[in-house]
Amino acid sequence: MLAAALSIFVIVALILWVLIHDSQLSIHAFGWKFFGTSDWDPVNGSFGALPFIYGTLVSSLLALLMAVPLALCVSIFVIDICPPLLRGPISFLTELLAAIPSVVYGLWALVVLVPIMRDSVGPVLEKWLGWTGLFAEPNFGVGMLTASVVLAIMIFPIISSISRDVMKAVPIHQREAALALGATRWEMLRIGVLRNARLGIVGAVILGLGRALGETIAVTMVIGNHPDIVKNLFNPAYTLASVIANEFTEATGDLYVSALIEIGLALFLVTIVVNGIARILVWAVTRGSSTRTA
Amino acid sequence: MGVDIRVENLNAWYGQVHTLKDVTLHIRENQCTALIGPSGCGKSTFVRCLNRMHETNPIARAEGSVRMGGVDIYHDATPVEIRRRVGMVFQRPNPFPSMTIYENVASGLKLNGYRNRRVLDEVVERSLKQAALWDEVKDDLKKKSGASLSGGQQQRLCIARAVAVDPEVLLMDEPASALDPVSTAKIEDLIFELKSQYTIVIVTHNMQQAARVAERTGFFLIGRLVEFDATDKLFTNPSDKRTEDYITGRFG
Amino acid sequence: MGGNARKLNEDGMISALPERSRHMERAIRLRRSLTNHLVTGLAVLSTIIVLVPLVAILGYLLYKGTSSLNWAFFTKVPAPVGESGGGMANSIVGSGIILAVASVMGIPLGIAGGVYLAEYGRNGLLGNLIRFTADVLNGVPSIVMGIAAYGLIVVHYKFSALAGGVALAIMMVPTITRTTEEMLATVPHALREAALGLGIPKWRTILSVSLRTATPGIITGCMLAFARVAGETAPLLFTAFGNNFWSFKLTQPIAALPLQIYVYALSPYDEWHRLAWAGALVLIVLIMLSVTLVRLYANRGTIKGGH
Repeated sequence: MLAAALSIFVIVALILWVLIHDSQLSIHAFGWKFFGTSDWDPVNGSFGALPFIYGTLVSSLLALLMAVPLALCVSIFVIDICPPLLRGPISFLTELLAAIPSVVYGLWALVVLVPIMRDSVGPVLEKWLGWTGLFAEPNFGVGMLTASVVLAIMIFPIISSISRDVMKAVPIHQREAALALGATRWEMLRIGVLRNARLGIVGAVILGLGRALGETIAVTMVIGNHPDIVKNLFNPAYTLASVIANEFTEATGDLYVSALIEIGLALFLVTIVVNGIARILVWAVTRGSSTRTA
Repeated sequence: MGVDIRVENLNAWYGQVHTLKDVTLHIRENQCTALIGPSGCGKSTFVRCLNRMHETNPIARAEGSVRMGGVDIYHDATPVEIRRRVGMVFQRPNPFPSMTIYENVASGLKLNGYRNRRVLDEVVERSLKQAALWDEVKDDLKKKSGASLSGGQQQRLCIARAVAVDPEVLLMDEPASALDPVSTAKIEDLIFELKSQYTIVIVTHNMQQAARVAERTGFFLIGRLVEFDATDKLFTNPSDKRTEDYITGRFG
Repeated sequence: MGGNARKLNEDGMISALPERSRHMERAIRLRRSLTNHLVTGLAVLSTIIVLVPLVAILGYLLYKGTSSLNWAFFTKVPAPVGESGGGMANSIVGSGIILAVASVMGIPLGIAGGVYLAEYGRNGLLGNLIRFTADVLNGVPSIVMGIAAYGLIVVHYKFSALAGGVALAIMMVPTITRTTEEMLATVPHALREAALGLGIPKWRTILSVSLRTATPGIITGCMLAFARVAGETAPLLFTAFGNNFWSFKLTQPIAALPLQIYVYALSPYDEWHRLAWAGALVLIVLIMLSVTLVRLYANRGTIKGGH
């Protein structure tokens, strides 16, 4: 039984071993420059991973920007404003969002969201906010913005449900203290709940970030898969996970494969760190009673 | 200055359970009124009806008339307004742990829009002095969190927080039951000082405490107010047999 | 109620709050009330906004998927490019095979690990470390699991159902470990103590008391993990690899439902798009069914005094 439990460590060790061992070729060939150059040209043997870092970071941050306010508002709704009867159904529905597989999100986004972003939302954004340089032609529908929107929908459930958990963990006497002072509902939530749950909510957000950083399939289907680094959000982009998914089976030559595995190693390490920090924060507030993964 | 409280035919429910039945009494201003009775008799529910905290429970309901200083708190005012005028101290001290001592005391003021640094400083000092906590914390006001104090200190902090907004009524629901005897004595001394400025209603399990601090005492039993009289008279010569049984320890 | 009368206490301090005009009082009250209503409105609006994609996705799936579903879908393999009338039977069977392999490896390991954590590793450093690592592992992108399985198996043999199963098993273990532990933790201590007090050895107590009591919850956890990996595509991209024909061997590339949906969705052929939609609908129905079942079952099957 102990052996079985230790298998967790074995799994981590195995993953690390494969990643490190099989990326040696690339590491020796490029060193740290690998993550600093933006030239990804497998045909000519140059591998620079910067565009993927850019794509991953920007899409994740944009997704957070959209998902976090929504998630917090919905959490507030469910724990306080919502009539008690609706509470169960609504949290069930938001968890259904989490159960939808990535490939289904991708399929829907490809067929439904892309045309919407290209034909309806895109022109509006371009007209009103085009001056920022973020929304410029050409807009094919697939690109950074569309991918960020899908990501936002996908990371929303985990941020929302963990925020809900940490908010529910705040003892009711804190709410009463605020109410007894003459607080309105929002003020009561602000000083009696949110203030106490701060750390945990930050943890929830970071968990959402971790999920966004590693999301592969849905993003690959709508991000355009072009290693560009530009300001324009309509432009196609490429993420660390996407390049692996897209090019691994076609990769010719050991160096190519090794480079992709090195990207996988980077992805692994980053998500481990991000998730580790997040779990510590959430654990600190809920004392380990929240083990949600979605 | 405190105000008086006139309660007429107050009834309260938790869901289907009828927890308060036709309670009528008159609480005089600038006095301390104690409410005693066995567990579950409704005295806490009653007190929570006085600042409309009872209704924060979604299945709770109250009917009847409660007039404070002439104002019907259920029909002529909003809960937010009432709770500003009526302070409450709970059985277990509940300072805000993410705020400093200063911020705790000032929290009610900030809610009500007082921003001036000087005003806040003055009121925080005044309130902590009123709560007999000033000397113990004056050097750590902005350094220590509200939750880092001892139980007795936390409760006095909660009292300071409640009086900072200058209420007219102070409700105390078994304020010392979770505290050690020394802290309890300090709290009782406080009540003595405070009652000249506020109308105090204190729920207590401890009959000696009621005898020590309150001018008038009410005895509750299974949701009804059985007897309400001057404290001396209630304890030495109760009119109702049930009161006598409780006081002499036959039950409860 | 009374206004703020100024009064002096013995310290000589003005003991009331500064006077404010009625106008200012009203302005502040209004601001607070407005903010309150604004937040309430935002919260309601957000909830509605969030439910829109859910309805949109499921609705569109139903619309597009049902028209493509027919008997052939469940019995035939994909037709050659250019022809119509094929199905995804091989993908469904392939998914079944891969999931079976993954479950055989992942479920026993996960349950055993969970038993250890709950019965022996409650508070120790090792227990907490394992717990923490399992939680963190749950957040690692599934494509990394695919790379690991690739490096361990595919490199030495070839693309195969086995490799796909291993990749998915790696994903199941942390999840099942944690849910098993959670469920066992809900078994009241009193039950265990009663058995131990009767002289029953610990391993036997675990088997006949803890595990038996927590069985519904443990099954729930396994079903949840199963449902989660059933929808995974990334780890199968370069392990199972996919296959347009029937395959039952563990050592050959094999089709899987989510994997083929991915491939067909990105292809330029309309017929394959049709298959993708139908496949997506089937996948979602299966997953939703298990999630809903799990929820209902979990609410019925938990013991009093537990969650």
